[in-house]
Amino acid sequence: MNRHLISAADLSRGDALLILDTAEELAQAADRPIRKLPTLRGRTVVNLFYEDSTRTRISFEAAAKRLSADVINFSAKGSSVAKGESLKDTAQTLEAMGADAVVIRHQASGAPHRLAGWVRGSVVNAGDGTHEHPTQALLDAFTMRRRLGRIDGLRVAIVGDVLHSRVARSNVLLLRTLGAEVTLVAPPTLLPVAVSSWPCEVSYDLSGALPKADVVMMLRVQAERMNAAYFPTVREYSRRYGLDAGRLALLPEHAIVMHPGPMNRGVEIAAEVADSPRSTIVEQVANGVSVRMAVLYLLLGGAGLAERPAEVA
Amino acid sequence: MVAAGPAWLIRDARPLGGPAADLLINDGVLTEIGTGLSPAGAQVLDAAGLIALPGLVDLHTHLREPGREDAETVETGTAAAALGGYTAVHAMANTEPVADTAGVVEQVWRLGREAGHCDVRPVGAVTAGLQGSRLAELGAMADSAARVRVFSDDGRCVSDAVLMRRALEYVKAFDGVIAQHAQEPRLTDGAQVNEGELSGRLGLTGWPAVAEEAIIARDCLLAAHVGSALHVCHVSTAGSVEIIRWAKSKGWRVTAEVTPHHLLLTDELAAGYDPVYKVNPPLRTQADVDALRAGLADGTVDCVATDHAPHPVEDKETEFQAAAFGMTGLETALRVVHAAMVATGLLDWAGVADRLSVRPALIGRLTGDGGAPAHGRPLTPGAPANLVLYDPHARSVVDPALHASRSRNTPFAGLALPGQVVATFLRGEPTVLDGKLAR
Repeated sequence: MNRHLISAADLSRGDALLILDTAEELAQAADRPIRKLPTLRGRTVVNLFYEDSTRTRISFEAAAKRLSADVINFSAKGSSVAKGESLKDTAQTLEAMGADAVVIRHQASGAPHRLAGWVRGSVVNAGDGTHEHPTQALLDAFTMRRRLGRIDGLRVAIVGDVLHSRVARSNVLLLRTLGAEVTLVAPPTLLPVAVSSWPCEVSYDLSGALPKADVVMMLRVQAERMNAAYFPTVREYSRRYGLDAGRLALLPEHAIVMHPGPMNRGVEIAAEVADSPRSTIVEQVANGVSVRMAVLYLLLGGAGLAERPAEVA
Repeated sequence: MVAAGPAWLIRDARPLGGPAADLLINDGVLTEIGTGLSPAGAQVLDAAGLIALPGLVDLHTHLREPGREDAETVETGTAAAALGGYTAVHAMANTEPVADTAGVVEQVWRLGREAGHCDVRPVGAVTAGLQGSRLAELGAMADSAARVRVFSDDGRCVSDAVLMRRALEYVKAFDGVIAQHAQEPRLTDGAQVNEGELSGRLGLTGWPAVAEEAIIARDCLLAAHVGSALHVCHVSTAGSVEIIRWAKSKGWRVTAEVTPHHLLLTDELAAGYDPVYKVNPPLRTQADVDALRAGLADGTVDCVATDHAPHPVEDKETEFQAAAFGMTGLETALRVVHAAMVATGLLDWAGVADRLSVRPALIGRLTGDGGAPAHGRPLTPGAPANLVLYDPHARSVVDPALHASRSRNTPFAGLALPGQVVATFLRGEPTVLDGKLAR
């Protein structure tokens, strides 16, 4: 594995499977009475969050703490990239604190790349602008494998604002690495102009894509897109690209419905779909902690997992 | 008449890359060209193996003064120009305050004379404060001591079609030219890199080629309609070259420039999010680079202009989207053109002289008439002794620490480039000797 996890493209098939397998073992530990493992004792993990994201920050914090790491939450929210302390100065501060890993969420695409050039520790991308969110893709893959038993050969439809979605980018890359077939479904305005160069299929027709999908992943429609002429109205978007009960019925019986959250109920996903047994949305949250534990564990080179059962025992 | 300086005999230089000849300079003028000339008291410069070109003329330089002296000053920027072989530069108007009045353009012009490294020709803003809402006092700038003839809101596009039309019409009164930064603003809101495969992959807002091409097409039609002169700044796409070729085929008064970086670099360099590769217009694809080279070779694109855009370190050592647009270029331009155009067989040295000196001097109205200095003259007796001596056999790695520019944001850092400017003469006075500033 690389020292950093910045893009899903950084992961070989072997790396990705190692993370998923490690996460599986760690998830089993989570079911035990004492959840905490001593593997990262004495190591420092900094959560550097330039964007408000309670769920992702809490997930990383829980992951690090269950591995007994010291966690420092550095909330730089509100300090816009254009003013205040520069990212480079912040990086030097983190260096001085002796951060072994920096988990960064930032509104600027590529900020983790820049940070990785300025710190010695590992950098974990927890979402950068409209670029990538690799741990989300890993937890999505983990969830698919748990529900459907495999990833190889799965047909995955990713639906919505692909243009601005870091979740979609990371998922396309990782799912391709793991052998799934991805179809992006969106209005043409919400697809990158060169999407034909991506390793996936593209469709403008949600109803047409659903009958052959094993997984349908709904992307959040950001409020700021709603008034920028990407689509005429929220209602029209919902009619054409929302997953409602009628469309749910088009899916094969075994298919699952995913959403990275937070959801706009009634826009991209109907409430009865979000709450249906096919929805994995709550599991995705739980799986996020296991996957992020695995990522931190493997990047920071914690004690070999083989030793772990003894430690837990 | 008092001698402008000591006489010089430049021995065995190769004018425009041709056969070796001696060049005699007296009183700031090239007085004789031939073989075996007698020094007769002149200082002798052995130029064996060096190519002699007319002093280069840059139509597009950001000297940053007044306002951003932390990035560049007229002194440091013109020193960089001289080291790059330039004898005249056009200083863009987007300073603080904006060069939109006779007072500011005269200040810049005067600072250039005091520095003495090369002639500084201020470019006047088209619209007051670069705000794009009403014309600046173009006539006052034209009539000032700075004799402004090139007007540009560079950095911003004069996107309002009526304002652009009026500007083109108005400058006909004093033989001016409007140099347009062609960028449809609505199509490029928040744009960071070329829109294409790279922008999609990196999740950076794309800067589509059509945003440049649509404005160029409109402006060519406007220039034709009002019978005025349009100059297109930093053409960056294959489509732009085609539109300009079409406009020229109609006989319209349209000229265009391309930057050294757009002749050599592609958007893929930004894949690591290093803002040293962030520039406006953005680096494009290899197909665009190829079309720009072909356009420069066949004359569709008239000239190379640097768009030298210095920025302090803190404006580049940031997240990509927070970083400033721009690259330095004066000290590497001739070497980049050598690599991109001469080494590839697309231009000979006479062609380089045409595209980096003769044509930009014509576009900038540096004709010697009406009090303007003369640049871009052929190396013939009687011409002002503005020339550069260039060693085509040298080769070295670009080290920004050695640059005279106050800023270090060169995308060519670490790149091995051919050539070396050995000497630059401005009206018979060396501004650069042995590759170092002479004053």
